[in-house]
Amino acid sequence: MQFFFLLEQVVNGLVLGGYYLLIALGLSLIFSVGGVVNLAHGAFYALGAYVSVEIARHLGFGAGAVLSPVAVALLGILFERFILRRFYTADPILSLLVTFGLALVAEQAIRMIWGAAPLPASMPASFKGSVVLGDFLFSRYRLFLLGVVAVVLTGIWLLLHKTSFGRVVRAGIQRPDMVAALGIRLQPYMTTIVMLGVGMAALGGALFAPIAMVHPAMGAEIITVAFVVVVIGGLGSFWGVVLAAMLVGVVRGITIHFVPAAGEASMYVLMFLVLMFRPRGLLGERIEKFE
Amino acid sequence: MTSRRKVLKAGAAAGAAVFASTLGFPSIVRAQAGAIKIGHLTPLTGFLGALGEYAVMGIKMATEEINAAGGVMGRKLDVISEDSVNPATASTKAQRMLEQDKVEFLMGEINSASAQTIMQVAARNKKLFLQIGARSDVLRGKNCNKYTFHVDIPVTVMVNAAGQALLREGLIKGKRVFCLTSDYLFGHDLSKAAKAFIAANGGTVIGDELTATDTTDFSPFLLKIRQAKPDLVATNLGGNQVTNFVKQYSEFGLPYPVAGFNLNTADAWAAGEGNLAGYWPTVWHHELDTPGSKAFVAEFRKKYGKPPENHAWIEYVSLKIMAQAMNATKLTDTDKLIAYFESQAEFDLLKARKGYFRSWDHQLIQEAYPFTVKPKGQAKDKWDFLAFGAAVPAANQPLEVINPSKEQNTCSM
Repeated sequence: MQFFFLLEQVVNGLVLGGYYLLIALGLSLIFSVGGVVNLAHGAFYALGAYVSVEIARHLGFGAGAVLSPVAVALLGILFERFILRRFYTADPILSLLVTFGLALVAEQAIRMIWGAAPLPASMPASFKGSVVLGDFLFSRYRLFLLGVVAVVLTGIWLLLHKTSFGRVVRAGIQRPDMVAALGIRLQPYMTTIVMLGVGMAALGGALFAPIAMVHPAMGAEIITVAFVVVVIGGLGSFWGVVLAAMLVGVVRGITIHFVPAAGEASMYVLMFLVLMFRPRGLLGERIEKFE
Repeated sequence: MTSRRKVLKAGAAAGAAVFASTLGFPSIVRAQAGAIKIGHLTPLTGFLGALGEYAVMGIKMATEEINAAGGVMGRKLDVISEDSVNPATASTKAQRMLEQDKVEFLMGEINSASAQTIMQVAARNKKLFLQIGARSDVLRGKNCNKYTFHVDIPVTVMVNAAGQALLREGLIKGKRVFCLTSDYLFGHDLSKAAKAFIAANGGTVIGDELTATDTTDFSPFLLKIRQAKPDLVATNLGGNQVTNFVKQYSEFGLPYPVAGFNLNTADAWAAGEGNLAGYWPTVWHHELDTPGSKAFVAEFRKKYGKPPENHAWIEYVSLKIMAQAMNATKLTDTDKLIAYFESQAEFDLLKARKGYFRSWDHQLIQEAYPFTVKPKGQAKDKWDFLAFGAAVPAANQPLEVINPSKEQNTCSM
């Protein structure tokens, strides 16, 4: 019985990892291609949640979940074009400062527009409840969430590995100088990457709004987890991030099974251990520009 | 010009009075002339930030009302509100307010851990601290001090208020209860009081799990609850945690009845309609049927466009309490104010019964209320889905019975 309970936590952890992935994958892509740690990533997640709740109020949950990421992704284009673009070749400390500042501005802006009091958000009644598959209990809503993550993940993988767009991006991660020598400007690719990354974060926010509190500081909460996932997974590796997200979810579940109070601390211990033995992260590649 | 002349005149008069009576210090003369400065600290960010926003709204409204009516002893109140951030920052800011801003006394707080550090600053500086919103028993028990008075109900009262409803529903006696507890001072304290109540009333606690204050995902805990198959899930959570838990409990649709010994109206509103269930306690609510509360709610709605949350109410009455005390003692002198509160003077809390500070632990003794959720479809608007119960203790019982006794919560000043 004990073993079964543990297994149930593992499976639940995988589902949660899928959700972490939505936020971490974009962060990792922006980091890998542009060399910028986007500390404002959490702000787009929060914005995704708020905009979805606002839209859902008028047009329903479905419209909120679809339109909000699109709207925030468009905002991401402006963010890349007017802010992030200036910092690709600059001292990393500058981009850290500017994105951190932007995260604070965004949080305060949310407070000014929607107030500090959290927004109420619910899912459609038909999503509520659990299904029992075999002996495992799954929240119906989280199964749906997992489905969405799988679709998004497949889409991003195909884009990166089966299209000419993806080839340029992957080459850009490894050898931006060679890409430039071939006469390809990386900038439009970067715009697309930021748009996709930010859109995914917003989708994460929109999908999590019905099951977690929608409040101004929610972005700051998630950015830490996302960053830990990216560090554990390693830069430049698609599957590294996937693996790390799942691992963080599973380790958290197992920890809560045995030592509930240490649940939130578990991912930092995991990061510590991984970095001790694999300083580039689990599947991190050697990337010259970061060495 | 007139206002300046008025100030000068008032200053001269006050100076003359002080000079005549005590041959007093020049600093007092200067202080008498200006506004009465009050240091107000409350969390505006972090997991209690949403409550802090209501706190500021409430105290602002009280300040404006008092000042519009001529202030206290002819002097305006100047309330300096700041984000207390965390226990360490709260302590630094409290010290700075006393030293540099020269505030007469301190008010505020919601976070029990921050309240504790401000209490130490107050005692060190021998200045009054009206501790408004933190609910840990230990603040008025083991760690109590002479300079601090507590307005919000302690956790034992929260447990008793919700507990009465649970007893009535037959959810405690002979039942197996699974607890979920917030892993900081307040949660631990709440858990202690809850376990004592459950044991005293014939229930068994089959599990008590600690969760970090920044927990957003409760799914691993929900699985453990399902594995334990309890008769009742009792939560001792704080701030954002409550909302997150309530939403996810509803998401998973577990069949066990749920109760909690801490919930603020803001957390309930944030959960959204259809997500909240179970039995909860509160110190005050916006549907309370007293003339005072009705007038306050109407005024608040007019000013801010939404109903007041219990933290808005408590800050509002707290400043009124301080104003009454200053008017009664004619001074802002710390010892005089303490003596006034300790005389168990009564204060209008906009409730059916008046409240008073119990002299031995400085706790404001007052009514509390249980609440649950209106049946589906009965809510008039998004603020209206809570169903509030009658005041605890019942009208024929003394107010003190729901409070911890001297033996339960020893305080020696």
